[in-house]
Amino acid sequence: MRKLLDEGKLLLVAVPVLLWTLLPIYHLFVLSISNQESMLAGKLWPDKPTLQNFQIVFAQQHYYLHNFWRQMFNSFFIAVATGLITLFVATFAAFAIARLKVKGGRTIMNLALATYLIPAAFLAIPMYKAMGSYGLLNTQASLILAMVALASPYAIWVLKQASDKLPKELDEAAVMDGATSIQLFRLVYLPLMKPSMVVIGIYALLLAWNEYLYAFLLLSSEKAVPLAVGLGLFLSADDAPWNLLMAAGLLYAIPPAAIYYLFRKNMVGGLTSGAVKS
Amino acid sequence: MSTATMTAPLAAPRDDASGFTRDRAMWGAIMLAPYVLVFAVMVVYPVAYGLWLGLNWNSYRALFADPIFFRTVVNTIIFLFVAVNLKFLIALGLSGFFVQQRPWIRIVLVLFILPWAVPSIPTILSFRVMLNPENGMLNQQLFQWFGIMEGPGWLTDPKLAFISSIFVHIWKSLPFWTLILITGRLAIAADLYEAASVDGANRWQQFRFITWPSLATLYVTSTMLSMIWTLGDFNSVYLLTGGGPGDLNHVLATLGIRYMRNNNLDLGIASIIVAMPLILPMVFVMVKRLSKGADA
Repeated sequence: MRKLLDEGKLLLVAVPVLLWTLLPIYHLFVLSISNQESMLAGKLWPDKPTLQNFQIVFAQQHYYLHNFWRQMFNSFFIAVATGLITLFVATFAAFAIARLKVKGGRTIMNLALATYLIPAAFLAIPMYKAMGSYGLLNTQASLILAMVALASPYAIWVLKQASDKLPKELDEAAVMDGATSIQLFRLVYLPLMKPSMVVIGIYALLLAWNEYLYAFLLLSSEKAVPLAVGLGLFLSADDAPWNLLMAAGLLYAIPPAAIYYLFRKNMVGGLTSGAVKS
Repeated sequence: MSTATMTAPLAAPRDDASGFTRDRAMWGAIMLAPYVLVFAVMVVYPVAYGLWLGLNWNSYRALFADPIFFRTVVNTIIFLFVAVNLKFLIALGLSGFFVQQRPWIRIVLVLFILPWAVPSIPTILSFRVMLNPENGMLNQQLFQWFGIMEGPGWLTDPKLAFISSIFVHIWKSLPFWTLILITGRLAIAADLYEAASVDGANRWQQFRFITWPSLATLYVTSTMLSMIWTLGDFNSVYLLTGGGPGDLNHVLATLGIRYMRNNNLDLGIASIIVAMPLILPMVFVMVKRLSKGADA
């Protein structure tokens, strides 16, 4: 009896929490399978659920969706490029700072941390101006560069912390055997760092996939923008076909959500050992 | 990897240590160079350029003369204070719920982190459509169930629209901070609670004397980090209401973009520079806190 009461109290928490969490996601899903009428009537469940919205999205048969696949590919390309370049930049930097103890490494680390902590929204306009003077505006390179700059500080920091945990004796032993720095990096460091590098690669990839503000500032041509901005274009009309937007949005949301769930444990682990413990 | 494969291709042991030191300094510099380059090109130059553009005294005069600016500053402070504290109180409570050992609670947790896992654009736009006063699902349902003809203007009434933005922000960021506090709670040794309940401590006393002292540092650091990130939350405001109605609901993160879109770039830059006294002290404190943690 007592146990049943406890269970009841827990349910009293669980039900509102789930309602609150799932409401907008449920709404997203319902609109994506609603026809125009059910959508405008605000039905909790459409009269005739339909997959037609997805067909229209796939076939790009709407003014706002003419570049859907192109933009999906752009999102993919920008995210993968950001992930790979961030990994390259951050792994090198973390190795130089943590293992080679390069001069000034500590300062660079703190400057990077400061960049990480200044909200990206406040760096957007200066970066936009700088891109203008580099002549890179409206090229995907500008967005990739910006995302690398935003992702690397946290990447370096997490990788540095992971590096600090590797036993020093490994390096010492390798150096005794005459290993050069680059051999140390390739043969000792990289194999041991692989798990952290996977997490960081995913972090940077998702950051770029999800980014809206920088994408919409730095790119303007509809063929060059990633899907996030493509979806935002729907906002320019008052009576936009929201059901199509939700169908496209669902397709855009599934890849990152799947990755989050696959790597959930690692993502939070990396953050707590890093971001918050002090 | 084994030591055998590691040593095999290497040269005979070197007796001079200075050779390695030189090699080390050289490679250290080479390997740090890509980031230094990114930092110079993407942070130092833009910031310097921004400061130089911000040297125009007239843009500050125009900024302070703009009533929207003051409204925005007040909005930002309210947004920060309400959103961060509310979020953390809920997260603190919910983390206590999620550490209960039940299989079904684990399933609830998996669903609970969805807002964190799903990108913000589709979900915030979903909120936006759902809260549409005329044909959004919420007001349509209010009409069907309670016969309310004209439901609240969730996005058209300035006050409600602001509150809606705060809720969307909390919706998006609550799972992450709850997860952080869950890991914090799980790190507390279970025998502390056992000993306490043997001594007859009630739930509140257990929280007051065991949970809270163990979580306090984590809670404070997280709150500060969350304050900085909340200050930079562009999406929850911009994608939900566009800062409207009547530009009354901007926060500092969206105000610069508003000026920029009105071809008033100087004002945009000025609004960012004016925000720095608010941001930089927090950044400074957090860098100290985090780099201290990195040494441990």
